[in-house]
Amino acid sequence: MRLLTHNMLSSNVKGVTNGFPLGIEVEKVVEKQVELSADFLINIFSKIEWKALVDASRAVGYAELPDQADASMLDSDEFLRKFHHALLELHLEEGALLCPETGRRFPVNKGIPNMLLHEDEV
Amino acid sequence: MKLKQLEGLVGGLQQFSNPKIELEQYPTGPHIASRMLYTAENSFGDVSNKIVADFGCGCGTLGAAAALLGAEHVIGIDVDSQALELAYQNAEDLEVDIEYIQCDVKNLRWRGQSVDTVVMNPPFGTRKKGADMDFLSMSLKIASQAVYSLHKTSTREHVRRAALRDFNASSAEVLCELRFDVPQLYKFHKKKEVDVAVDLWRFVPKH
Repeated sequence: MRLLTHNMLSSNVKGVTNGFPLGIEVEKVVEKQVELSADFLINIFSKIEWKALVDASRAVGYAELPDQADASMLDSDEFLRKFHHALLELHLEEGALLCPETGRRFPVNKGIPNMLLHEDEV
Repeated sequence: MKLKQLEGLVGGLQQFSNPKIELEQYPTGPHIASRMLYTAENSFGDVSNKIVADFGCGCGTLGAAAALLGAEHVIGIDVDSQALELAYQNAEDLEVDIEYIQCDVKNLRWRGQSVDTVVMNPPFGTRKKGADMDFLSMSLKIASQAVYSLHKTSTREHVRRAALRDFNASSAEVLCELRFDVPQLYKFHKKKEVDVAVDLWRFVPKH
């Protein structure tokens, strides 16, 4: 699971008002290189919750992203590389996602988070 | 990529060996899947460089087609572990990168309209009533550009009304009518094969 997906996914436990961002419990992280698309990064930047991305990348062991970012930084190739790397090349393979409000654990296996709820949580 | 090439690649994917009737698991054939995604990309630019979600991905056919046509990030969502295992394997075989999430589409919670395009071949609601509407409703909540979906032609007016009036679509267009081959997958299927008329829809969500 890429951090891009983590940046969009929210806890779906019923009644939770503050389900984003999910906490990350890391057991195994894998790096998979993909080609950088500047157009894609420039377009997606405004939709990204930056703090959530920074925290998530640190949780999976990548500390290169600046605490804060603004659109002017997209002119820098170096920034784009780091942004690209954090967003698309780091995969949480094994571990869990945690609901920030209830602590409910959503296991992640082979990169697939299991967000199926039990009957009493729906 | 040419349509024929796309159809060939997608046609080689593994399908359900033990489909679950209560989930209305039917494979989306390569003929329909390739045309759906090819149209989405060539007529509307909704696939390449975009974030595409495949709702009820099953063995991952639509998502795979999206990846092959250059989607930047593809997410397949399904309830069933066995389908996801198959989808995972299919993505590996095709050497494409697809993310999967195990979740009931009805219970998906997403941060805003952060996905560009949703593609889906949703359950028709023949086993679990209203399943098709659940999928449609959720897709229009999370897509920012377009939703491509298949619904029985017999439900056309109902689908149009629901999308425009209830689910926040700013437009609802039937792109074409297709025939969905339903092979004799389940015991209750009496005929060897049956054609169901389906509409390929394109919905545009409001923001």
